[in-house]
Amino acid sequence: MRFTKKDILDMESLSVDEINLILNTANRMKEISIRPIKKVPTLRGKTVVLFFHEPSTRTRISFDIAAKRLSADSLSISANSSSIVKGETLADTVRNLEAMNPDIIVLRHSFAGTPHLLARLVKSSIINAGDGMHAHPTQALLDLMTVREKKGKISGLRIAIIGDISHSRVARSNITGFTKMGAEVVIAGPLTMIPKGIESLGASVRYNVDEAICDADVIMMLRIQKERQKSFLFSTEREYSKVYGLTQERVENARSDVLIMHPGPVNRGVEIACEVVDGPYSIILDQVTNGVAVRMALLYLISGGTRNADTD
Amino acid sequence: MLILIKGGRVIDPGNLDGIMDILIEDGKIKEQGSGIRGQGSGVEKQGLGVSQGLGIGGQNSKLKIIDASGKFVVPGLIDMHVHFREPGHEYKETIKTGCLSAAFGGFTAVCTMPNTNPVTDNAQVAEYILKKARLANTVRVYPVAAISPGLKGKGLCEYGELKEAGVIAFSDDGNPVVDNQLMRRALEYAKGFGLPIISHCEQLDLVAGGVMNEGALATRMGLAGIPNAAESIMVMRDIALCELTGASLHIAHVSTAESVRAIRDAKKRGIPVTAETAPHYFSLTEKAVEAYNTNAKMNPPLRSEHDREAVLEGLSDGTIDVIATDHAPHSSIEKEVEFDRAANGIIGLETSVSLSWKLVQNSIISIADLIEKMSTNPAKILGLDHGIKKGKPADITIIDPDITYKVDAAGFQSLSRNTPFDGWDMKGKAILTMVGGNVVFER
Repeated sequence: MRFTKKDILDMESLSVDEINLILNTANRMKEISIRPIKKVPTLRGKTVVLFFHEPSTRTRISFDIAAKRLSADSLSISANSSSIVKGETLADTVRNLEAMNPDIIVLRHSFAGTPHLLARLVKSSIINAGDGMHAHPTQALLDLMTVREKKGKISGLRIAIIGDISHSRVARSNITGFTKMGAEVVIAGPLTMIPKGIESLGASVRYNVDEAICDADVIMMLRIQKERQKSFLFSTEREYSKVYGLTQERVENARSDVLIMHPGPVNRGVEIACEVVDGPYSIILDQVTNGVAVRMALLYLISGGTRNADTD
Repeated sequence: MLILIKGGRVIDPGNLDGIMDILIEDGKIKEQGSGIRGQGSGVEKQGLGVSQGLGIGGQNSKLKIIDASGKFVVPGLIDMHVHFREPGHEYKETIKTGCLSAAFGGFTAVCTMPNTNPVTDNAQVAEYILKKARLANTVRVYPVAAISPGLKGKGLCEYGELKEAGVIAFSDDGNPVVDNQLMRRALEYAKGFGLPIISHCEQLDLVAGGVMNEGALATRMGLAGIPNAAESIMVMRDIALCELTGASLHIAHVSTAESVRAIRDAKKRGIPVTAETAPHYFSLTEKAVEAYNTNAKMNPPLRSEHDREAVLEGLSDGTIDVIATDHAPHSSIEKEVEFDRAANGIIGLETSVSLSWKLVQNSIISIADLIEKMSTNPAKILGLDHGIKKGKPADITIIDPDITYKVDAAGFQSLSRNTPFDGWDMKGKAILTMVGGNVVFER
């Protein structure tokens, strides 16, 4: 199968076959990162611009490492180092970037739909590295990869996503991604953080965390942001961690082969207890490792690569 | 100069309905009835003989004959809610281009909203707008002035002086009047001058950064939603204040089922509230914003199909008195940007008649209802003496119900292109606009 997408904008626009191709390619890419010389020449001569319009460490570095391990030239620009501070519109900034012939623009932006806007404006490939509350497809792909790696499959699994679904692009992309791949997704959290119509993405809603995580093969916890208290989304951190947090006790009552995930950054002791983060069920760092592999796979596939990555 | 509009179906709701002729002399309606023949020597043979379609009589004739057979001849349409961007943002629209856009859309008069820069909150700005309108010499312009200085919701503008300058209503459109006491006083104060308050109903703390209708689509798109209650809660407040004061209140751009219901109930109880909606609220739903289409971003936002149907019902049963466009020109600088950052609003003057005509085609309302909502009712609310009557200025629109065309935004008279209707197939269109006997648009 040839990968023909120009852009990676969201999970909705990827087919099951495309997702499988990405995950299979990522599996092969993963080996490169454990070699003594972690570099292949596959994308030599390709330029990857990391345009991060919103603060990010993990995702930006993950893309940067992925590009470098494939020998692409990567460079980072952020909103405050770009002409946007001089009043240039985003569209103009990206048109100017385009004039320098990059191959791929990786975009992180605080407003939903911005990658879609740029994809319409430029010929370079756009990879969405997170847009507002909308989508974070590379995170969903690395989560799918990690679950598939640990469980040997995705179809038929039960995934519980707990926390602030409203503000989470990770939750949206994972609901779409996991249900597309045949898993069942249940979500739970305070009702102030469950957005209207989320069922239309394929998730079923539980009010009660214990109900959502019993029988779950995977529990994915979402970061709670303290600022949300000001907009009356929850009462106190104390109550939040008690009612909605993943405590050691809850983990003990979960399935014996449960996997605990978190997209990071973690608020230890708030949405997830320290001993759970560091405990035997946690695959939080495997997610990060696989993030590099998934992003290598995407950079490779979207560059129209036909060679097998592992032959280089 | 004599003008004879011949053979059209003349509809002036509550006044005229039938195939008849209208004779216009020196800009005023001289006579209407059947079988009118132009007076004066030589005109009959030349004029009547030569004219074809909408053609004009012979060059030397003092009689211009407009053949309107098969067309609807109606009192000039009034759009009581437009934003012309002058003074302040002339790159989006000037009074001149706005007036041309109105004329091409079939409107003989418009009410301009006060969110200009400087704000239309004092007589000088109102006079400036009227001066520019006189220079444009196209359609009639009635400025709406701000309720509060700077649209800031902190006090009352000088309604008396503004009225003298030619202002016809007050509105802080774009901003809600948050302060309940100010809204009460504005209604009372305006009542003393016999002018209505036009209310933009939006409870900002419920909007809370929302940029489209709240619901499954907003959730899927990752955009913050605006609940229906953000509108209806303030509609209900304003109705309560209208009941308290007995002042005339007009609710702008109604978009939700709950607002329609609240207004319907209020009218049943005899409260002097009137309401408008815009063609986009009965032609589109939130689906139009899919793919982050900023040309479908507006405030209030496009709502659900349920709301669209409720708006249609409100139009059909008379709850909604007026169709107004909320013509809001923006350039690509405001629209070719991130969806959250994009300005609210779309242009509407040049698509309004065709979109509204669909209501007639789909038997939602009668032709007379449509003319009421686009001409008679706005005139009543604004206290304008309007209609096809002897001695009145000849403000007349002719609509061809059969004409089909494709909307081409690039060809609009408006300086802006922000419409979600580009490329739509339409049937029915204004083909002639006459203001005070002057033909300001003829297809």
